[in-house]
Amino acid sequence: MDMELEAYLRPPEYPMPPYPAKVVTLATGAKLVIRQVDRDAVPVLLEAIKPTLQIERDYYDIVGVRLYAELLGWYRYRVRDEFCLVGQIDGLLVGIVNSRMYSPELGISLHTMAIERGLRIGAHLFASKMEHHIEYLNQDEVLITAESPIGFRRWMIEYGLIKRDGQHELGGATPYGLTRDLYFATKDRLVAGERPVPPELMEVAEKEIIIATEDDIMEKILGAKRKVLQ
Amino acid sequence: MRPVVISGVGMISFERRDQDSLVGMLAEAGLRAMDDAGLGDRPIDAVYVGNMASGLFNHQVSVASSLVDRLNLMPAAADRVENGPASGGSAIKNGLLAVASGYYDVVLVVGGEKMREVIGPRSTDIVASMTHPNAEYIYGVTLPAMAGMFARLYMDKYGITRDHLADVSIKNQNNGLLNPYAHIKMRITKEGILTHPQAHINNPVVADPLHLYDCCPVSDGAAAVLLTTPEIAKKLKKPPISIAGFGQATDTHTLQERDDPTDLKAVTIASKQAFSMAGIKPSQVDIAELHDAFTILEIAESEHVGFFKKGEGGEAVASGATQIGGKLPINPSGGLKARGHPVGATGTAQVVELVWQLRGEAGERQVKNAANGFSLNFGGFGNNVLAFVLRREA
Repeated sequence: MDMELEAYLRPPEYPMPPYPAKVVTLATGAKLVIRQVDRDAVPVLLEAIKPTLQIERDYYDIVGVRLYAELLGWYRYRVRDEFCLVGQIDGLLVGIVNSRMYSPELGISLHTMAIERGLRIGAHLFASKMEHHIEYLNQDEVLITAESPIGFRRWMIEYGLIKRDGQHELGGATPYGLTRDLYFATKDRLVAGERPVPPELMEVAEKEIIIATEDDIMEKILGAKRKVLQ
Repeated sequence: MRPVVISGVGMISFERRDQDSLVGMLAEAGLRAMDDAGLGDRPIDAVYVGNMASGLFNHQVSVASSLVDRLNLMPAAADRVENGPASGGSAIKNGLLAVASGYYDVVLVVGGEKMREVIGPRSTDIVASMTHPNAEYIYGVTLPAMAGMFARLYMDKYGITRDHLADVSIKNQNNGLLNPYAHIKMRITKEGILTHPQAHINNPVVADPLHLYDCCPVSDGAAAVLLTTPEIAKKLKKPPISIAGFGQATDTHTLQERDDPTDLKAVTIASKQAFSMAGIKPSQVDIAELHDAFTILEIAESEHVGFFKKGEGGEAVASGATQIGGKLPINPSGGLKARGHPVGATGTAQVVELVWQLRGEAGERQVKNAANGFSLNFGGFGNNVLAFVLRREA
C-alpha cells in the first residue's frame, strides 16, 4: 500500500470519547449487553449481516447492504467518524447499530439492525446510539431517517422527532432531528440500561462475538414456523 | 334438533403472513379440516366463513363465495358471518344450527382474518369501528382504551393487581411455546415485564393500566371445523367430538349504558345457556379457551363464566390452578395473547384447540383426560358473546 497516497484517502477523525457498556434486562429476563466495538470486530459483524442481504421483509436487504458497506468503509478507513455498538446476549450477537459524527455538534444516525426480533432489541440499540451522541459525544442534535415502516414507527413516532429541511446523507425520506431537549424528555421512557456491566457478563461479551448460523439468522428474522407448518 | 359433531379440524399457524391472501389462508385451513375428517369426495352442503372486516383490511368482500370457488365446492351454499371478534364463533353457531335443523348434513366452517395487510394504527382503527359511532368512536375510543378503562374499574372493585395480569401473560406465553401454531413464541419473566426498575421500557403502557404484554398481537390466520351428524361421522376418519351445548347473548352496544360496566352479563348468560344445554356445571369443565384479547379479560371471564367467584380469578391464576396440569387449564393454546388474534379466526381456533385436546392430539400442551371443553368468544366489548361446550363421547 502506498501510504503517502493512502494518507490522502483516509479521512481525518475527531477524537470520540468511548461509549461505556451497559446491560439491559429484557422482557424475557435475558441480559442484553450493549457495548462499543472497534474496527477489529467488523469482519465478524459482516458475516452476521451477509444473510440479511437476501431478506426483503421489512427492508432487511436494504438496511443490510448499506450497513455492510458502511462498516466495511469504516474498517478500511473510508468513512469518517463512525462508531458501532453491538448487542449481545450470552455472547451471541443480536443487533448492530452504527452512526457517525458529521461535526462536533451534529450526529448522523446511520443504521439499526435487530437480528433477534420481538424483544425491542432494535429499539434499545437505537436508544443507545442516541445516548452516545447526546450524552457522551455531547452533540446538540442527531439527524435521522428511516427506510422501513418499523423504523419510522420506532424512531419518528415513538420519539416525536422534529422534521428537518434538507437531506439526510443516506438520501431517501425526509430527515428528522433528535435534539438534546427531546432526548432528555424521552429518556426515562425509552432509554434503558444499567452500568457498570457485571464483570461476568462483560467477560462473556468481550471474549467472543458469537454469530448465529445463516439458517438461524434467516429464521430469527423471517420466523421458523412457515417452514414447518406453512 | 339433531345432535351435531365435529369430525374434522384444521388450522394454519397464526403469524404475519405477507405472502398469503385471505382466501388462500381460508382455503388452506378448510382443506386441512376436510383432510382431517377424511371426507374424500363426499360433498359439502354449505360453507360459513367467520370474518370481521375483509372489506376494510383487504379490500375484498364476498369471501365465502370466493372460498367455495377456490376449493371447488360448488354448488355448496356459502355465507360470510360477521360478528366482530366473535365472527368465528358465530359462524360455528350458524353451521351447527344448519346441521341441527336437518337442512344440511355436512357443513364447513372457516374463520379467518388477514389484519397485517395494514399498519398497526390502521388495524386498531378498523377494529375500533365496532364501537358505537356517535357515543364512542368519535371520541377516539379504541379496544385497548376500552379494555384499559374496564381493567381499572375491575382492578379497583375486585382487588386485581398488575401482578395478576402479568401472571396471565406469562402463563399464556409459556403455553404458546408449546403450540406450533402460535404467533408469539417467547418466554417472558415477571422481572422483565413488571418488577425490574426499567421494565416499563420493555413493557410500555398501551392504555393504563394495561401494558404491551397485557395485549394480544395483531395476527393473520385461519382455522376451520367440519360439522356433521353423528351418523355420518361414524363413516369418517376421526373420532367425533360433540357440540354438547352452546349459548349466545348480547348486551348494550355502549359500555356507558350498562348498570355496572364491570358486569359482563352477556358472558354469564351465554355460558349458562351452554352449560344448561350440555347438562353440566362449570366445575365439570376440564379445559377452557377464553377470549384473552387483554389479560384482564381472562380473569374477568373466568369469573363470569362461573369457574371462580368474583374477585378470585386473579388468585386462581397466581396459584397455578389455570396452568396446564392445574385444576382447570385455561388457554393451553396460548390464548389470544400468544396464539394470536386474527379477529375472524379466533372463535373457530378456540374450538379447534378444544377438539385437539379432547381427542388427545394436542402434543406437548395436552391436558390429561379432558372430557368436557369450554370456549368463550367475546364480541365487541362483551356485547355479543358466544359460548360452546364440547364433549368427548365415551
